[in-house]
Amino acid sequence: MTTETNNPSVQFTPERLEKAKEIIARYPEGKQKSALLPLLHVLQEQEGWTSPEGMDYVARMLDIQPIEVYEVASFYTMYHLNPVGKHVIEYCRTGPCCLMGGEEVYAHLKQRLSIDTGQTTVDGQFTLKEVECLAACGMGPVFQIREKYYMHLTNERVDEIIDELSK
Amino acid sequence: MAIKILTEHINVPGIETFDVYRKQGGYTAVEKALKTLTPESIVEEVKKAGVRGRGGAGFPMGMKWSFLAKPEGVPRYLVCNADESEPGTFKDHYLMKNIPHLLIEGMIISSFALGANKSFIYVRGELMYVIHILEKAIAEAKAKGFLGKNILGSGYDLELVVQPGGGAYICGEETALLESLEGKRGNPRNKPPFPAVKGLYQSPTVVNNVESIATTPWIINNGGEAYAGIGIGRSTGTKLISASGHINKPGVYEIELGVPVEDFIYADEWCGGIRPGHKFKALVAGGSSVPILPANLALTLANGEKRLMSYESLSDGGFATGTMLGSGGFILFDETSCIVRNTWNFSRFYHHESCGQCSPCREGTGWMEKVLHRIEYGHGHQQDIDLLVDVSKKIEGNTICPLGDAAAWPVASAIRHFRDEFQWHIDHPSEATQPGAVYRGEMALV
Repeated sequence: MTTETNNPSVQFTPERLEKAKEIIARYPEGKQKSALLPLLHVLQEQEGWTSPEGMDYVARMLDIQPIEVYEVASFYTMYHLNPVGKHVIEYCRTGPCCLMGGEEVYAHLKQRLSIDTGQTTVDGQFTLKEVECLAACGMGPVFQIREKYYMHLTNERVDEIIDELSK
Repeated sequence: MAIKILTEHINVPGIETFDVYRKQGGYTAVEKALKTLTPESIVEEVKKAGVRGRGGAGFPMGMKWSFLAKPEGVPRYLVCNADESEPGTFKDHYLMKNIPHLLIEGMIISSFALGANKSFIYVRGELMYVIHILEKAIAEAKAKGFLGKNILGSGYDLELVVQPGGGAYICGEETALLESLEGKRGNPRNKPPFPAVKGLYQSPTVVNNVESIATTPWIINNGGEAYAGIGIGRSTGTKLISASGHINKPGVYEIELGVPVEDFIYADEWCGGIRPGHKFKALVAGGSSVPILPANLALTLANGEKRLMSYESLSDGGFATGTMLGSGGFILFDETSCIVRNTWNFSRFYHHESCGQCSPCREGTGWMEKVLHRIEYGHGHQQDIDLLVDVSKKIEGNTICPLGDAAAWPVASAIRHFRDEFQWHIDHPSEATQPGAVYRGEMALV
């Protein structure tokens, strides 16, 4: 991980910069570090992943040490600390989803994409990630791609979704 | 006709918008609170209601509010815990997604009662689409004069901030949530000092669950006594139950506390029974952290009476024969379910989600997961069951926050009630590891 704090390679777009300023202004004076998690989401939305250069950029924005950003980003599971595919499929591997056939569906998903959890397809289209409970237990098996939930999954439905996203 | 406090209007088309919510009587409680009540009288009404925290701990909400320190010149904060992440629990997700203004109305009333001028709704980051729904609803409420400066001409100011989490179950623990909200790792704090004295930014803070806060509009409109008249005993009011597993109608249901567990499972208005051709084997009544019960104990108390969906009845018998209402995450298992596999699954969850701050939790959850994994996969040792019991006892009560207990209870209770199933896995490894293999011994199916 680089600690180069002056690397200008990552900058928010003008719209995201405005959004970032609005986020930072939400907190009481002197408590701007509270903006860290939301800003990392903005960074990841723009860059596709939470890059070291991006974390340095966020550190400068909040006037905190880069290590403060790294230690937070590495604690939470939502921040991708390595590059990921165009579509990150985050599947819920917890009890209720498994009770509803999740293990079989996820096995099919891995087979269909020819990758295992944590890997990215060779064409860079899909990354598979296990997540803990997605709070949709009554609609399991479930996975999430960006902000969209896909529920009541079956092998057939998985194929349809992959076909659609592959177009 | 069952009373609905939270979900009465949830299926009204457009209820997520300010105008439709308002047409259904929304925000009248804010008007009443700000124009005719004092903060102290609101706290009294909530106390009278007897509403207990709906996040899982069940601590009386009014009492929690009354603990809030009120030093002069120091800001106070209300933080809504919307970091719902417990396996089996999805009711806050349902509520926020479908009727966001109910939570916002509750936040305004609760913030006014507590003297908070800036309040936060900490939503788990995975629910980003829900965050957008809440932000839109907040903007609507602000445009209509229900948020911001001098709300309804009352002189009261409130700003609501929606904070996304980053994906960590531990942030559902109130002090870990505050750490996270301050932009740090979600490591729980030692208590005392409690958040009511030193919470967010070291200021007095109340942390309440989504469902708890969403009850306040009804309490203000109808009175604390009316709320206390619903339910049974100290389990007042209604409760959202997230039902999943092997039932005919998974979903979120609002029940009056005190409904028999049997009715909740079999009545058409709720779970609609066990899936066809199958028998009831076991129940997790309040989210993955509460003790699992075999079917007979889930339905009946030791004295033969029906067990009810209430804090007291579900915990009747202590951990020997009872469990907890918890967050209301109701997971039903039929006879095709392998208890060992499910216990391993839950154990893996707690190991993954342990923040690693205290050794019993950091090491113990990993140890339990490892032992359960080898039993499930046919490599169990004869002493493994006792080892699991021993490790669970060494975690329970020995950690900074309740995650240790939450990790220990599912394992200890599964062994308490289904020990023969664990033994069968150890004694019959080649049979137990066949795909779909489930112990069919002396279990009491209903």
